[in-house]
Amino acid sequence: MKRSFTFFALVTLGLLCYALYQGMVVAPTESTMGDVQRIFYYHLPHAWVAFLLFFTNFLASIWYLVRRTQQSDALALASAEVGVVFCTVVLVTGPLWARPVWGIWWTWDARLTSTLVLWLIYVSYLVLRRFATGAQTQVLAAALAIFGFVDVPIVYLSIRYFRTQHPQPVIAGGEGSGLDPRMWTAVLWNLAGFLSFALLLIWQRYRLALSENAVEEAHANRALGPEAEMPAKPDSRGFAPEYDSAPKVGNKPR
Amino acid sequence: MTVMAVARRTLAKDLRLEWRAKDAVNSMLFFALLVVVIFSFSFDPTAEESRRIAGGLVWVAFLFAAVVALNQTWARELRNQVLDAYRVSPAPAVSLFLAKAVGNFILVSVLEALMTPLFIVFYNLRSVGPAYQLLVIAVLGTWALVVNGTFFAAISIRTRSREIMLPLILFPISIPALLAMVDATTSVLTGEASPRFWMQLLAVYDVVFTTVCLALFDTVINAE
Amino acid sequence: MKFLYLAYIATWTIHSLYILYLTSRYKRLREERKELEKE
Repeated sequence: MKRSFTFFALVTLGLLCYALYQGMVVAPTESTMGDVQRIFYYHLPHAWVAFLLFFTNFLASIWYLVRRTQQSDALALASAEVGVVFCTVVLVTGPLWARPVWGIWWTWDARLTSTLVLWLIYVSYLVLRRFATGAQTQVLAAALAIFGFVDVPIVYLSIRYFRTQHPQPVIAGGEGSGLDPRMWTAVLWNLAGFLSFALLLIWQRYRLALSENAVEEAHANRALGPEAEMPAKPDSRGFAPEYDSAPKVGNKPR
Repeated sequence: MTVMAVARRTLAKDLRLEWRAKDAVNSMLFFALLVVVIFSFSFDPTAEESRRIAGGLVWVAFLFAAVVALNQTWARELRNQVLDAYRVSPAPAVSLFLAKAVGNFILVSVLEALMTPLFIVFYNLRSVGPAYQLLVIAVLGTWALVVNGTFFAAISIRTRSREIMLPLILFPISIPALLAMVDATTSVLTGEASPRFWMQLLAVYDVVFTTVCLALFDTVINAE
Repeated sequence: MKFLYLAYIATWTIHSLYILYLTSRYKRLREERKELEKE
C-alpha cells in the first residue's frame, strides 16, 4: 500500500508541476486584467473539486444512513474536511483576485457568496462532528449533511436572484466572457492535478478515521474487560478491518 | 392512533403547559424587545430609510427570539425522560415532530404579532406595498425557521454546548430563507419590487425541508 | 502582480497546514497504538 501511495503521490506532483507551468507560462495573458487573471487557474479548479467533494459527502452520508458501515462514515468525514480545505482556498484566492482588479476585497457577488455559504454549511457539519457525544454522532452528522447538500441549489438560486436585483461587479468574469482554448487547457491540467491531490488527501484522512475508530474501540474494550482483543493494524492494502462486535478471547498469557 | 391524531394531542398538551407556565413566551418577548431597542440606538432613520433597513432588523430580531424558543423545545422532554418513553411507545416519531414544530410555529407567530406594533412605532413604519403580502412572507418565513429549528434542536440536545450548537447549525442552512424573508419584506415596505420570486422560493424551501425533516426525524430520534 | 504570487503561496500554505494537521494526528495515533500494545 505504501508503494502505491508513493507512486500516486509522485504522479500528482508531476501533474501539479506541469499544471503550474501551463498556468504561469503557456496560457496567454488576459487582455483586460493582465497576469493577475492567472489566479483563475487555481481558483476555479479548487471550486469544482470542493463541490465534487461535498457531493461525495452527500452520497456517503446517504449510504451511511442506509447501511451504517464505518467505511461510508469515514468517507463522509474525509470528503467534508478536504472539501472545506479546498473551499477555503477558493475564498482566499477570490478576494486576492478581486482586490487588484476591482479595488475592493469583497463584493458579495453571486459565486463567491454562494461559496461562502457552502463553506459555512460544511464547517457547521465539522463542528457538529466535533461536539456531538456518543455513538449517535455519525447518524446526526449524516442527517445534517443531507440537509446541507439539499440546501445548495436553493442557496445558488437565491443569491443569484438577489444579485440580479442588486447588481454588483462579478469577480470571476461574467457568464458571457469567453476563454481562449489555451486557457482551457491550463484549467483542465490544474483540475487534474488538484483532483488527484484531493484524492490523496482523502485517502489519508479516510485511513486515519478508520484507524482512530479502531483505537477507540480498543480503549472501550479494554475498559470492558481483559479478554477483548487489540485492534488489528490496517492490512497491506491500508484498510482497517471492519469492527467485529464480539470481543475475541485473546491468546496473550496473563 | 393516526399520525395526525397523536400530533394534535401532543400539540394540545404542549400549548396547555406553555399557557400555564408562559415562561417561553415571556423570555422570548423580552429578548426581542431588547433587540429592537438596542438596534434602534445604532440607527436614527428617517421614515424613508427605515423602510429600507426595517426588513433586515425585524427578521434578525425574530430569528434570535426564535432561537430562544427553539432551544427549550426539547428541554421539558429531556428533564422528564419523555423521549425514551416516546421511543418505546408505538406512536410514530413524525407526530412528535409535527406537534413540536407546529407548537413552535404558534409560539413564534404570537411573538411576531406582539412585536410588530412595537416595530411600527419605533421605526415609524408604513408599508408602501400591499401589507397582506407581509403576512404571507411572515407565515412562510416563520415556518422555514421553525421546521429546521425544531429538527436541529433535536440534534443539538445530543451535543456538548447545546445552546450554541443550535444556531451554529441552523443559521448557515437558513441563509437562503433569511435572504428571501429580508429582501421580500424590504421589497414590500419600499414598494420598489415584487416579492413574488421570494415568496415562491420560501414556499419551495418550506416544502423541501419539511419533507426532509419528516423523512429523517425517525432516524435521528432513534440514533443511539 | 504580487497578488498573483500571494494567491499561489496562500493556496499552498493552506494545503501545507492541512497536511501538517494530518501528520500530527497520525503521530498521536501511533503513540496511542504503542501505549495499547504496551499494556
